[in-house]
Amino acid sequence: MNERAPKRNLFGVIARFEEAGDLLVAAKRAYAAGYRQLDAYTPFPVHGLSEALGLDKQPNFVPYLVLLGAIFGGLAGYMLQYYTSVIAYPLNIGSRPLNSWPAFMVITFEGAVLMAAVAGVLGMLFLNKLPMPYHPVFNTPNFNRASRDAFFLCVLATDPRFDEQETGAFLKSLHPSAVHAVEQGDTEIYD
Amino acid sequence: MALGHAEKPGQIQEIPLLQPGHSYGTITDKISEVVLRLRTPLGWFIGFGVGAVLFTVFLVSVGVLFAYGVGIWGINIPVGWGTAIVMLIWWIGIGHAGTLISAILFLFRQQWRTSINRFAEAMTLFAVSCAGLFPILHLGRPWVMYWIMPYPNTFGLWPQFRSPLSWDVFAITAYATTSVLFWFVGLIPDLAALRDKATFKPLQYFYGMLAMGWRGSARHWHHYNSLYLLLAAIATPLVVSVHTVISFDFAISVMPGWHTTVFPPYFVAGAIFSGFAMVITLTIPIRKIFKMEDFITLRHFDLMAKVMLATGLLVVYGYLTEAFTAWYSGNQYELYLLKNRLLGPYAPVVYALIFCNAVTVQLLWFKKIRTNLVLLFIISIIINIGMYLERFMIIVISLSREYLPSSWTLFTPTQWDWGIIFGSLGLFLVLLFLFVRTLPMISIFEVRELLHQTQEGETHPA
Repeated sequence: MNERAPKRNLFGVIARFEEAGDLLVAAKRAYAAGYRQLDAYTPFPVHGLSEALGLDKQPNFVPYLVLLGAIFGGLAGYMLQYYTSVIAYPLNIGSRPLNSWPAFMVITFEGAVLMAAVAGVLGMLFLNKLPMPYHPVFNTPNFNRASRDAFFLCVLATDPRFDEQETGAFLKSLHPSAVHAVEQGDTEIYD
Repeated sequence: MALGHAEKPGQIQEIPLLQPGHSYGTITDKISEVVLRLRTPLGWFIGFGVGAVLFTVFLVSVGVLFAYGVGIWGINIPVGWGTAIVMLIWWIGIGHAGTLISAILFLFRQQWRTSINRFAEAMTLFAVSCAGLFPILHLGRPWVMYWIMPYPNTFGLWPQFRSPLSWDVFAITAYATTSVLFWFVGLIPDLAALRDKATFKPLQYFYGMLAMGWRGSARHWHHYNSLYLLLAAIATPLVVSVHTVISFDFAISVMPGWHTTVFPPYFVAGAIFSGFAMVITLTIPIRKIFKMEDFITLRHFDLMAKVMLATGLLVVYGYLTEAFTAWYSGNQYELYLLKNRLLGPYAPVVYALIFCNAVTVQLLWFKKIRTNLVLLFIISIIINIGMYLERFMIIVISLSREYLPSSWTLFTPTQWDWGIIFGSLGLFLVLLFLFVRTLPMISIFEVRELLHQTQEGETHPA
C-alpha cells in the first residue's frame, strides 16, 4: 500500500497563480477548508493576504520591539549625559544646574530614534528568520517568478491536515497554473 | 523634449504616474536591466567621468589640507567658519528631500513617491556622507576627530553635551544610520528579485548574500510592512530634527544674525527646498540616460516642482522674518547686520541669493514651466546655487562684521576652498553613479504594487 511506503521528506505542496486576486481567493478557500500551516510567496505585499492566511491572529512583535528600542535608546542617551555631566566630569559654568535637562533633550531624542530603528530592523530580520540563504521553497520549479510576476500558495507539510495527494488535489481545484510538491532538500528546517 | 499634450495646462492630472502597457514582469525587467546587463550607456561614463575628475580634485585638496592645515583656506579670525561649514549645511540640506520623500510622503500615502524614493534615499546617503566629512576636515587635527565621540578614556574627559556642536555629532550619526537602515530595508525585496534574475554566478551570490534569503513570504511581508510604516513614522521627526539641530549651532549663540528663533523651521524649509532641487537636477539626466521615462513621468516633476515652490516660499518668508526681527528688535547690532547685508561688501551675494531663491522660484507657479524639463533643470541648478549663497550669507557675513569693529575682516575663498566645494560634488557623483549601476534605482516591488493598485482602481472604481 501507498501508506506503507517510506514517506518522502516534503516541505509542502505549492500552487502557482498568475494574478494577485486569484491567490487571495485561493488563500481564503484554503483557510476555510481548515488548513492552518499556510504560506504565500508574492512579488509585492498583497493587501488582505495576511488576513486571508490568518496571520493577523498571531501576535506581531515588531511594534513592541521598536517601542522597546526607543525607550532603551532614550534612557541610554539621557543616562550618558547625566553620568558625564553630573558624576564623571561636572563643570560649573555660571552656576547653571549640572543636570541641565533641556540641553540634554536633543541627544535623548536622537538616541531614541536611532535605537528604535536598529531594534526594528534587527527584529524584523529575526522574526522573519533571516538571513537564511537556503530554504526548501527555492526548490519549487519557476520559483524565481515569485520575485517577478507570479503568486504562490503553499500548504506546509507540518499542517495536521496535510496529505500529499489530497492537498494536491485540493490546490488543483483552485485553478492554479501549476501545482508542485516541494522537497525538503538536504537541509531540514522545521518551524 | 517630448512633451506632447502635457504642455496644455489642465491636462497634467491625466499624465499617469506609470506609463500604461506595463506588467509586473516588464517592470522587473526594465528596472533590473540597468543593473544586470553588461553594456553600460555612454551617459553613465560621462557622468561617472565628471565625478571622478572632481573627486580627484577633492582628494588633492584634502591631501594638501592634511599636510598644511586649515590655513590654506580663506578662513581667518574672526571668520573661523568658512567653506567647510557652509558645505556641511548645504549637503545636509540636500539629503533632506530623500527622507522626506521616503518617510513623510509614505505616511501621507502619496503614491507618486514610489518611482523616485529609492533614488532620492540614495542621494540622501551620499549627501550625508559628504556632509559628515566637512566638520572633520574643518578640525585643525582631523586625525583626532574621535575626541568628539563620548568614549571612556584615560584623560577622564567627556564631550560637552550642553553644546550644539556635540548635538550635531549625535544628530548626524543617528540620521545617517537611520537612513542607511531605511534604505537597506527598502532594498531587500529588490535584491531578491536581482538574485532570481541574475544569470551570472558571481552576481547571483552577490545579490543572494545581500537579499539574505528573502522569498516574499506572506509572513515576511507581514513583518516588513509594519516595520516600514514604523520606520517612516520615526524618520519623520528625525529629518525635521536634524536640520533643527544644525540651526542650533547658530541660534544658540549670540552672534548678530544667528540668534533667531526662526532658524529651525527656516533651515528645515531651506533643506527640503534644496533637496528637491537636487533630486530634480539628478533625475532629469539619469532618467534620460537609462530611459526611465515610463516610471518617472512629467507628473513626478510637476509634483516635485510644487513642493519646491511651497518650500521656496517658506524660505522667502524666513528672509522677511529675519529682516523684520532685526528692525523690530531695535538692536543696533542686528540693524547694522541688515544694513551690512544689503549695502556692505557682500551685498552682491545677498542680491544674487534673492534672485536665485526668491525670484526664480516664482516661475514655478506656472504649469508650463513645471513640466518643461529644460527650464526645470536650469531652475533647480539656480536654486542649488542660491541655497549655497544663503548659507554663505548666514555664516560669513555675520562673522566678518561681529561686535568689535577692530576685528572686522573679510573672507575670500581660496583655490582650496573651491577645491573642496567642487571636489565634494565629485565624491557625490562617483557614489551616485556607482549606485545606479549596482542597485536598482527605482523600487521594483513598489512599482509592481503601484501597478496592482492602479489596475484594481480601474476594475473597481469604488
